[in-house]
Amino acid sequence: MSEAIPLPAAAIPAARRPSTRWRAAFANGGMRVLAILLFLAIWTAVSLGNAYVWKFFNPILLPSPLAVLKAGIDLAESGELQRDIFASLSRVLQGFAIAAIAGVAVGLAVGTWRPLEKLVEPMIELLRPIPPLAFLPMMVLWFGIGETSKIVFIAYAAFFPVFTTTVEGIKHVDPVLLRAAASLGATRTELFRYVVLPAALPGIITGLRLGFGLSFFVIVAAEFIAADSGLGYLINDARTFFMVSNMLLGAVVIGLIGFLFNILLRAAENWLLRWRQTGRS
Amino acid sequence: MDGNVVTTAKIRIRGVSKRFGDAVALQDVGLDLAPNSFTCLLGPSGCGKSTLLNMIAGFAEPSAGQVLVDGQPVHGPSADRGVVFQEYALFPWRTALDNVAFGPMLRGRSRAEQREIGRRYLALVGLAGHEDKYPGNLSGGMKQRVAIARALANDPSVLLMDEPFGALDAQTREVLQEELLAIWERHRKTVVFVTHSISESIFLADRIVVMATRPGAVKEVIDLDLPRPRDRSDPAFTALERRIKELVRAEVQKLGVT
Repeated sequence: MSEAIPLPAAAIPAARRPSTRWRAAFANGGMRVLAILLFLAIWTAVSLGNAYVWKFFNPILLPSPLAVLKAGIDLAESGELQRDIFASLSRVLQGFAIAAIAGVAVGLAVGTWRPLEKLVEPMIELLRPIPPLAFLPMMVLWFGIGETSKIVFIAYAAFFPVFTTTVEGIKHVDPVLLRAAASLGATRTELFRYVVLPAALPGIITGLRLGFGLSFFVIVAAEFIAADSGLGYLINDARTFFMVSNMLLGAVVIGLIGFLFNILLRAAENWLLRWRQTGRS
Repeated sequence: MDGNVVTTAKIRIRGVSKRFGDAVALQDVGLDLAPNSFTCLLGPSGCGKSTLLNMIAGFAEPSAGQVLVDGQPVHGPSADRGVVFQEYALFPWRTALDNVAFGPMLRGRSRAEQREIGRRYLALVGLAGHEDKYPGNLSGGMKQRVAIARALANDPSVLLMDEPFGALDAQTREVLQEELLAIWERHRKTVVFVTHSISESIFLADRIVVMATRPGAVKEVIDLDLPRPRDRSDPAFTALERRIKELVRAEVQKLGVT
C-alpha cells in the first residue's frame, strides 16, 4: 500500500508538531494580550490626558478603564450587575432556544417538502429584509412590556439565520451521497436521518451561531425600549443619570459574555464536526 | 438458443431506450449478462454507458424497454445491487469503518456485528489499521478502497462500478484493477464496470460491450478468452487493444470532436 508509508518527521508541517504548536499558540495568545493592553493604554492616555492636560472635552464623557472597573465593582457589590446579567442571559437563552427549535424544524420541513417551500419561501423572503427592530414597538404593544415581548422578539430575530442556513444545508446535500445510501438499502426515512441531516449539520450550526449573535444584538435594543432589568436597561438607565462609567461597563460586559459564548459554541462546533478536520495523519 | 440464455441470464436488458427530452441517450439496447460474469461497458463520453448503468442500479427508469435482474424488473435501487461511484461518494462524517458498516447497520445488525463486518471488509481491500480515519484523511485510492469495501459489505449479487478508477493516477489504478480481480475471483459477483479505458476493459472483463454514440447503443460485444492474469504486453492483448481502438475511434469521430 503505497499510500500508507509513514512520513518522516521533517515532512510534517511545523505547526503540527506538538512542541512548536504550543509555542505558536503561546506566542499567538501573548500577542492578543498585548493588543488588548495596548488598547487599554491608549484609552487611559486619552481619558487622563484630556482630564488633566488638554481639557479638550468634558472629562465626564470618557471615564478611564479604571473608573469603569470601579463602577463594575460597585454594581457587583450591590448585586445589580448580577441581576442585569441574569435577566439578559435568561431572555437571550429562552428566545434563542425557541428560534433554534423553530428555525431548524421549519427549515427541515421546507427543505424536504417542495410544496411547503413554495408556500413559505416568499413570505420569509418578504419579512427577512425588514430589520427586526422595526417590529419591536409593535411587539411591545402586542405582548406587553414584560418578559414575553423580549423573548418573542429575540426568537423572531434569530429565527431567520437558523431557518435559511438549514434550508440551504438540506438543498445542497450531494445527490451522489443519496444514491450511494439508496444503493446500500436506505429507505426514505433512513436517507433523511443518515444522509440529509448529517450533511446539513455544518450549515445548521453556522445558522445557530449567527442566530445566537443576533440574539445578543437585539436584546440590548429591546431592553432600551421597555425593561426594568437587563444590560440594555443598565446602559439606558445610566444614560438618564449621566453615569458614563456604568454605560461603558454595560457594553464591556456584553462584549465579554458574547466572547465567552462564542468560544463555547466554537468548541461545540469543532466537536460535532470533528470529521471536517482534515490533514493526513 | 434464446431459451438457454433466458434461464441463465442474471441481468437482462431488453429493448431499453432512454430519452432526456428530445435527446436520445440510448437506443434499443439488448444485453444478457451471465451470473458472476465481469462485463465492461466501454465507450467515449456521451455513449450512454453511465445511463445504462444507472438504469441497472435503479437510479433511472428506461423510457422504453425493461431491465430485469433475476427475472424481476428493476424499479429503484436495492441493497442486492451495490454501486461504486467515480467520485467515491463516502459519507464524510463517518469513519472508514462506519462507512463500510453502513449497509449492515441499515439491516439492523448489532453494533458488534457491524464493527466485525466493517473490519473484515476493510482488511479485504488492504485497509486494516485505517478503521478510525475519516474520508477527509484518506487518499483517493484509499477512498475508493473504502467505497468498494462498503459495497461488498452488503454482499450484493451484483456490483455496478461507474468509472471507479477514473480519478486515480495510473499506478494506483493498475494496483486496484489487480486487487479488484483478486476479490472478484474469491467473492463471485456479477460485475458491470463502466470505463472509457480500452486497456482497463481488456485487463478486467470476460465480455466487453463497445458502445456507439449518437445515439448511444451497443456497437459490438466482444467475449474474451484470454487467461488471467492478463499481461498488457502480450501480443493477443495488444492486438485486441488495436482492434477496439479502431471501433472506439469511429464513434469518437461521430461526435465531431477529434
